[in-house]
Amino acid sequence: MKVTLRVWRQKDGNSEGKFEEYAAENLNSNMSFLEMLDVVNEDLIEEGEEPIAFAHDCREGICGTCSCMINGKPHGPENGVTTCQTYMRSFKDGDVILVEPFRAKAFPVQKDLITDRSAFDSIMQSGGYITARAGSCQDANALPVSKEIADLAMDAAACIGCGACVAACKNSSAMLFVSAKAGQLNLLPQGQPEKDSRVVKMVAAMDEAGFGNCTNQYECSAACPKLISEEFISKMNRDYLSASVKGLFSAKAR
Amino acid sequence: MILDSKIPSGPLENKWDKHIMDGKLVNPANKRKYEIIVVGTGLAGASAASTLAELGYSVKAFTFHDSPRRAHSIAAQGGINAAKNYQNDGDSVYRLFYDTVKGGDFRSREANVYRLAQVSANIIDQCVALGVPFAREYGGLLANRSFGGAQVSRTFYARGQTGQQLLLGAYSGLSRQIGLGNIELCANHEMLDLVVIDGHAKGIITRNVITGSIDKHSAHAVVLATGGYSNVFYLSTSAMNSNVTAAWRAHRKGAAFANPCYTQIHPTCIPVSGDYQSKLTLMSESLRNDGRIWAPKNPGDNRPADLIPENERDYYLERKYPSFGNLAPRDISSRSAKEVCDEGRGVGETGLGVYLDFKDAIDRLGEDVIRERYGNLFDIYHEITGESAYQQPMRIYPAVHYTMGGVWVDYNLMSTIPGCFVIGEANFSDHGANRLGASALMQGLADGYFVLPYTIPHYLAEVPREPAPPVDHPEFTKAEEEVVSRTKALLENNGKQSVNSFHKRLGKIMWDKCGMARNKSGLDEAISEIQALRQEFEEDVRVLGAGDNLNQSLEMAGRVADFFELGELMCRDALAREESCGGHFREEHQYEDGEALRDDENFGHVSAWEWKGKDQPQECHKEELEYERVKMVTRSYK
Amino acid sequence: MKILHVLFKSSIGKKITMAVTGFILFGFVIGHLTGNLQIFAHPDKINAYAHFLEALGPGLWLIRLFLLATLVIHVWLAAQLTLENKAARPEGYQNQITMRATMASRYMRVSGVIVFVFIIYHLLHFTVRITHGLEAYPNTVLIDGTPVRDVHSMIILGFQNPLISIFYILAVMLLSWHLRHGLVSMFQSIGWQTRTWSNALNKIVIVVCVLYFLGNALIVAAVMNGHVRIQNPQVAGYACRTDCEICGLHNAATIVETDDVSIDNQS
Ligand SMILES: Cc1cc2nc3c(=O)[nH]c(=O)nc-3n(C[C@H](O)[C@H](O)[C@H](O)COP(=O)(O)OP(=O)(O)OC[C@H]3O[C@@H](n4cnc5c(N)ncnc54)[C@H](O)[C@@H]3O)c2cc1C
Ligand code: HEM
Ligand code: HEM
Ligand code: SF4
Ligand code: F3S
Ligand code: FES
Repeated sequence: MKVTLRVWRQKDGNSEGKFEEYAAENLNSNMSFLEMLDVVNEDLIEEGEEPIAFAHDCREGICGTCSCMINGKPHGPENGVTTCQTYMRSFKDGDVILVEPFRAKAFPVQKDLITDRSAFDSIMQSGGYITARAGSCQDANALPVSKEIADLAMDAAACIGCGACVAACKNSSAMLFVSAKAGQLNLLPQGQPEKDSRVVKMVAAMDEAGFGNCTNQYECSAACPKLISEEFISKMNRDYLSASVKGLFSAKAR
Repeated sequence: MILDSKIPSGPLENKWDKHIMDGKLVNPANKRKYEIIVVGTGLAGASAASTLAELGYSVKAFTFHDSPRRAHSIAAQGGINAAKNYQNDGDSVYRLFYDTVKGGDFRSREANVYRLAQVSANIIDQCVALGVPFAREYGGLLANRSFGGAQVSRTFYARGQTGQQLLLGAYSGLSRQIGLGNIELCANHEMLDLVVIDGHAKGIITRNVITGSIDKHSAHAVVLATGGYSNVFYLSTSAMNSNVTAAWRAHRKGAAFANPCYTQIHPTCIPVSGDYQSKLTLMSESLRNDGRIWAPKNPGDNRPADLIPENERDYYLERKYPSFGNLAPRDISSRSAKEVCDEGRGVGETGLGVYLDFKDAIDRLGEDVIRERYGNLFDIYHEITGESAYQQPMRIYPAVHYTMGGVWVDYNLMSTIPGCFVIGEANFSDHGANRLGASALMQGLADGYFVLPYTIPHYLAEVPREPAPPVDHPEFTKAEEEVVSRTKALLENNGKQSVNSFHKRLGKIMWDKCGMARNKSGLDEAISEIQALRQEFEEDVRVLGAGDNLNQSLEMAGRVADFFELGELMCRDALAREESCGGHFREEHQYEDGEALRDDENFGHVSAWEWKGKDQPQECHKEELEYERVKMVTRSYK
Repeated sequence: MKILHVLFKSSIGKKITMAVTGFILFGFVIGHLTGNLQIFAHPDKINAYAHFLEALGPGLWLIRLFLLATLVIHVWLAAQLTLENKAARPEGYQNQITMRATMASRYMRVSGVIVFVFIIYHLLHFTVRITHGLEAYPNTVLIDGTPVRDVHSMIILGFQNPLISIFYILAVMLLSWHLRHGLVSMFQSIGWQTRTWSNALNKIVIVVCVLYFLGNALIVAAVMNGHVRIQNPQVAGYACRTDCEICGLHNAATIVETDDVSIDNQS
């Protein structure tokens, strides 16, 4: 099969970018989308043109590195998969495929299709953890966790930090990502002592990073390769509200 | 070069405790003054960096990834072992130790493995405390499953995403320390050289992969946690960017490289579908708990699986290894699959595949149970192949998956360069010639959380208490210049062939001649082919773009250049090891029935290779393996 | 103060404030609709109601102030959210598809702004009473003799112009649409939406919005097709009736009965 690509090319963060058109020929429908880009890149190198820079690593849908906006949808046409797990069988022979980087102020483009998603790390650093010093922990089975809670926490924990939620959200909001992480930790009994401060700090860091505000449109959830539910956003809102109210009325130690 | 393993004296059970007590401590007030560089933020690196920071050291963490959370530890699916004996099925530290030593085909260091088994239980406690959502039973307690090569259920798991969850746990601890200012994170920084001053590791040279800037970083000690080198085979289950460069640069600066030929070929991967293939995907071995492996009895039988009647199927693992059956260790399962395919009984378009069949399990347990257990793996399989494993058997084939070899380290996890520590998959330590499933995650976290933080003070307390050397020290300048000129040479080469095409060709040589089965003539050929290919690479590689911004071809070119040298050494090591053991199978050395024939007398040692200069063959040093406790027996899973 | 920071500066806080103000406004419009539905009863009903409200005096002003503040905050935050959200993606996509977002959710600002414009017009129309001539704002007396503004007639007179009526219907349609997203969104924003009942919530909200729209539209429609008619003889141009106990002006039942004849009976 063959397709035509319209790809965003941009030298670096400070340069202007534009779309370029490339023909991708001799493709096999069992190729992954990224393998198709590999083929295009080999041709480009042959012609002495710089290959298209795109982010990728594990190519099995778990590291969260790959991040293309394909025909207007983060990670391409299928639901619940990453760019690297998108296969050419999802396209038709002769298709024109538009490939853009994820776009958000908090995700500046670094080159071509690669964006800087370190804002997610900053959010994690602000509170996306449970404090547990190595060596200080009790026996793992001393704290039973009901299967329902553990499973729900795992649903949230499946987030791969790809940023598709931000890319898909009309407001560039990072709520799904943040709520997935905060949700996982806030659900678990281990996470209770830091529950309030965690959600307050993570939301503050999220705001600081320049993401937009959620208007409950659930595009994020629809685009999420791990299909993380918007229910976690609701939960985070609840946790945030209760943390703020508690902060107002609770007794405080000196 | 002297290989001093520094194994403490005394009975096996007490060695580690004794070692901790014998070692020196660093005064808490002084810890801040020690700077430690940790390269790599996978399970090993993230756990080490965060723990060292908790202890008070000044830590700088490096990763070439854009975030620590992307390290390839994220891809581990199956689980992590620990001698918790939560299932009351007779597990113990000793049993885990023994299984690991036996699984490693008696080519690992007894004392290290015992320590690993000892601290394994703490790892689970630590991870649970960090919020890792391990699978639970209805009562709320942790669930376990059994895993290849073990007859007890000691594997903890989080759906099919154990590595992801463990890494995210370690990453959250790391993030906390970064937030507190105890760790400086340098993401997007690829280490391109190690700086050694007066024989001690004192820093690294990095390239910022976004801006292209080459930077110098000095410290009192350098920890490498940079993962394995499976990508020397081009196609492997490693991530596209996994590489050997950090370890290799340390090797070139004097760190011995041990057992490079020990590579693990994982039996259950999705078969290659075409020449464009860039990456292989593992199907977790846990599938073997419920799936049955078979191939048609008759060569060339290409009927669809459901049309092949039961009596024309060969459940070869169950047939050959009745007591372990489908759970036989990886090396054995892989080789059996290769044999079947070599006999022309392989399935699928390429003939390189066997069936992993869930029909019986689905009949027995129902589709829902299977979905609950393996749903996401079946999904991955479906995504990649477009086939549903609920309806037809999976096709699987072995693929390179893990490298047991790596930088030689002593009991303290220090390489032959004082001050340069190596942890995780990057070192050679605990798995001998073959790694058991679910034990790499265990080792990475054991190293990072519970071993290195105890052993690094032994070294630091010995070095003079003075600031880390300034980065304008001549050794830094020299190393920096080398890096710059290497980068420049690649960019200015103006050849014709892409980096990728070379990598592919190297991978093919390695897979064909230094893969699942090896022989002398093949290895000899491989060595000269690699040398020729490397020559060709140096003359004809084409790296477009500039050095002063993001340039993925340039990054790859540097890594592939190192893979050539590594590939050659792997072949040399495989050639020198005239026996079959674990992941290393020499066709000349097998029993009548095709089982691996070990030679403990002549090869009961670790081969640690010393760099002798470019185009010079490395020199092999031997660390004899002494087994005080276990008896070396022929590994049998029959 | 921290709480102010939370409610007006943090992203989630702003959403919560939107939800609370939205809910108050929703409460008002529901109450308002209930009040307005009295138009289907005897004119005294609605007139007395309006009079009662007016008689609250400072109380009414407090309520008005409160509602005004609520609306201002709601609109102010909506504007702020919009600006921030625009700024969060300085360089847009060539193509971005929509997967799940409802039309209502995507046009909240449009529906909101039109409703806002409507509110201003509506206030000028019925509260400040300057959009129409003086004759559109008649007075009357209740059955007990209290002189009051004849709100009943004012409404009917207000909807004599089809353009205005259509504008009203359009506005309540947009408002219902606004609420269709807003009411569900509100639960999500304060964290009361869960998988278990989000479907039910969604359905309830749709029903509420449809009912709300129909209720309002019914008023306008009933006036337009003449179902609800002016019953104030002075406004309608009838003569005083002699059998009236107080001043003879006021007996709806009779007026209705004698509707057509009454014109003949003019004196
Ligand atoms: C598909 C797959 C499945 C697996 N499943 C299991 C399993 O079920 N159970 C199990 O026990 N094990 C499993 N393993 C093995 C296990 O995951 C790995 O061995 C282990 O995670 C390695 O961890 P690490 O920290 O040593 O290295 P990695 O996680 O690979 O981390 C390497 C780090 O080093 C950094 N780095 C590398 N080079 C440089 C450089 N030059 N400069 C700067 N940074 C550098 C990288 O950025 C990264 O942060 C699996 C492996 C694979 C590939
Ligand atoms: C100029 C006028 C208005 C504008 C610009 C406006 C805009 C908005 C916006 C942008 C939202 C947020 C939607 C979301 O985040 O999901 C919203 C929510 C809402 N609005 Fe309005 N609105 C206006 C007037 C009104 C009025 C008059 C009412 C009620 C009668 C109202 C009721 C609501 C409700 C109930 C919500 C839900 C709150 C939430 O999302 O949590 N709005 N409005
Ligand atoms: C068919 C629809 C409507 C009718 C017939 C109607 C009628 C009226 C009338 C008669 C008044 C004046 C009451 C008085 O004079 O004391 C009034 C006031 C008002 N209406 Fe409406 N209204 C309608 C819809 C709406 C809607 C949709 C809104 C809001 C979005 C609204 C908001 C108001 C407000 C804010 C006032 C002023 C209340 C006050 O402070 O006195 N109305 N309305
Ligand atoms: S929530 Fe989903 S879309 Fe967002 S970062 Fe996580 S995995 Fe990606
Ligand atoms: S799409 Fe955006 S608006 Fe909220 S629900 Fe998701 S973050
Ligand atoms: S490359 Fe890792 S998720 Fe796509």
